[in-house]
Amino acid sequence: MVTIYDAKPGFSRRELLKRGGIGALLVISGSAVISPEHAWGLETSALKPETMATLIQMARDIYPHDQVPDKYYAIAVKGHDEQAGKDAAYKAMLEDGIADLDKKSGDGGYRGLGWEDQRVGVLKQIEATPFFQAIRGGLVVGLYNQKEVWPIFGYEGESYSKGGYIARGFDDIEWL
Amino acid sequence: MAASFDLNNDGVVVIIGSGAGGGTLGNELAQKGVDVVILEAGARHEYEDFVNDEWGSFAQLAWTDKRTTSGDWRVAKDFPNLPAWIVKSVGGSTTHWAGASLRFQEHEFKTLSTYGKLEGANLLDWPITLAEMEPYYAKAEAKMGVTGTNDWPRLPGNNNFKVLKAGADKLGYKECHTGNMAINSVDRDDRNSCQQTGFCFQGCKWGAKWSTLYTEIPKGEATGHLEVRPNAMAIKINHDASGKVTGVVYADKDGKLQEQKARIVAVAGNSIESPRLLLNSASGKFPDGLANSSGQVGKNYMRHTTGSVYAIFDRPVHMYRGTTMAGIIRDEARHDPSRGFVGGYEFETLSLGLPFMAAFLDPGAWGRSFTTALDHYDHMAGLWIVGEDMPRAENRITLHADEKDAHGMPIADVHFDDHPNDTAMRNHAYKQATALYDAVGATRTFPTPPYPSTHNLGTNRMSEKAEDGVVNKHGQAHDIKNLFVSDGSQFTTGAAENPTLTIVSLAIRQADYIAAQMSAKTI
Ligand SMILES: Cc1cc2nc3c(=O)[nH]c(=O)nc-3n(C[C@H](O)[C@H](O)[C@H](O)COP(=O)(O)OP(=O)(O)OC[C@H]3O[C@@H](n4cnc5c(N)ncnc54)[C@H](O)[C@@H]3O)c2cc1C
Ligand code: SF4
Repeated sequence: MVTIYDAKPGFSRRELLKRGGIGALLVISGSAVISPEHAWGLETSALKPETMATLIQMARDIYPHDQVPDKYYAIAVKGHDEQAGKDAAYKAMLEDGIADLDKKSGDGGYRGLGWEDQRVGVLKQIEATPFFQAIRGGLVVGLYNQKEVWPIFGYEGESYSKGGYIARGFDDIEWL
Repeated sequence: MAASFDLNNDGVVVIIGSGAGGGTLGNELAQKGVDVVILEAGARHEYEDFVNDEWGSFAQLAWTDKRTTSGDWRVAKDFPNLPAWIVKSVGGSTTHWAGASLRFQEHEFKTLSTYGKLEGANLLDWPITLAEMEPYYAKAEAKMGVTGTNDWPRLPGNNNFKVLKAGADKLGYKECHTGNMAINSVDRDDRNSCQQTGFCFQGCKWGAKWSTLYTEIPKGEATGHLEVRPNAMAIKINHDASGKVTGVVYADKDGKLQEQKARIVAVAGNSIESPRLLLNSASGKFPDGLANSSGQVGKNYMRHTTGSVYAIFDRPVHMYRGTTMAGIIRDEARHDPSRGFVGGYEFETLSLGLPFMAAFLDPGAWGRSFTTALDHYDHMAGLWIVGEDMPRAENRITLHADEKDAHGMPIADVHFDDHPNDTAMRNHAYKQATALYDAVGATRTFPTPPYPSTHNLGTNRMSEKAEDGVVNKHGQAHDIKNLFVSDGSQFTTGAAENPTLTIVSLAIRQADYIAAQMSAKTI
């Protein structure tokens, strides 16, 4: 089971450096991926935490929205950890997929590539694999169906309980 | 009170499916005192159960039993097991539908005579004319509360419509308005008027949009002549030695097989399931399936030539507020071969919420080109193209050779290739729609590929002659007198207009015919 918790992990900057943070973004600690900046963590059970951290980066590179925090990408991919716990073949596909991604990315691995374009270049090479398609396909619902991200895109969601838009701007366009 | 009929009651009319066709036919017959059992594969959800949530609603209402696809249409690649976006629930796809209710044009009942023979297209004239349909169109519009008819005002235009209208004016289009919608613009029929909630595709929680679920069905039940049996999936239609149908075998809510005896059977499961059921009812006497002496059952599958165009502007639009299909441009619906294709198409505004936009804008796409489109979701406007597609014998529903559903019934395969006429029409429409939005200042436009089919038509086509089609002008099987088809699968050709008003009109007309034939004891 993956748990995502909101808590200040409370690492010092020194400790972060010692633990080898992923840039300054995500930190691996025990079985967890932690975002010290934004105070959340994600604990993995089946997949290696490094694999999860790479999946999160990969998710962002597939559907990059600069205004959407990492946390939502983490939530969007956490189902793969659960699936991997139930299905050894699935787990192998993910671990092998990530290992392959790292290999194609050179010494520093996938997360070591500094520019999105570089990482996208590697993703392009594996675009047709079942691994890539499983991650991309899962994100379509996993990322965009999180109610918490809708306001970031200006989508207001459910409206019945508010009486619809009849008195809330269904025809409020002014610039035409 | 709703009736309850015995399985052995062989005096009832059994209707398969409770959507636009089946739900309407059931009520019309019940009003005339005919006893009716509707078998509906889906569950019964009333409108207070509906959810303003795209995927949540999809899970609640949509037909998600597995189907397979083949052919060159993009849906086969993007959604190989979801060729159609339709409903499995009491009320059928009238729970999901947007409400656009347009009459066909006169020439659309006579496509072979008007367009001439077209290579690779199985064109045929309908055995009925617009003049014959007009009184039934009028009855259907009155029943459904269609705006812009019977002195009912049109709906007010939302933001998405206003952008469309501004573009239409710039391009010189003349016929642009908020449509003829089966949505109450005033309180009527003991139902609310539209509150512009913007979840028409998810089932209207206000009951403002017409659906058989809360109009035809309860009205029919109130006569004491109608029973709707939910969670009842018809598997096979039985017949006797003379070839008359005698009953319908169905799987009940526990998966147990039952047989409901019948005097008459009417099939209204939408254009994938109806031919599937007829084909699956093959017997020694009818080895190719019921009503299939012409070999046309399952063929000529049509889905309308569709596509969408979304556009981004430098200022906000909020297209998702208010009715999903909020307006129409009809100028391109004419038949004018100088455009490079026969038949015509309509532009209708359309909006998807963020979750569906992510799934349908460009299925399979990823990276910044795609995500920057979604970044401006609240600055988007959009429309849908719906045009006449060409019937083709090869576009067809067949029974899968080895895959079966939970009840052991072979699943349906849906094969579709675009006809060159479809492609030419779609490209024309993409160009016009892009020009329209550019004229209003769009900074970026997206020619969006067709979604899984919401309009499914033609697979049990109506024909004058028995050798050309499956049913006659009343939807009665050419081969079997007491077997009817009552949904969009009867359509000889598809026309440019959304199909449901015509499905409902045909069902009203068919009810008159069935009742008359029953009184005359000919069936
Ligand atoms: C999102 C969306 C928007 C739409 N918008 C419009 C619009 O604006 N205007 C318009 O004209 N049309 C629209 N449509 C299309 C419209 O909904 C259909 O044309 C219409 O409902 C078809 O009627 P029908 O009777 O053929 O089938 P349906 O309404 O689909 O009903 C068929 C019913 O039969 C049941 N069934 C199938 N097989 C079996 C079986 N073997 N046993 C028992 N029951 C069975 C199904 O569960 C279903 O409930 C839209 C559709 C969708 C999905
Ligand atoms: S916009 Fe109108 S018709 Fe559509 S769901 Fe809301 S109230 Fe119903």
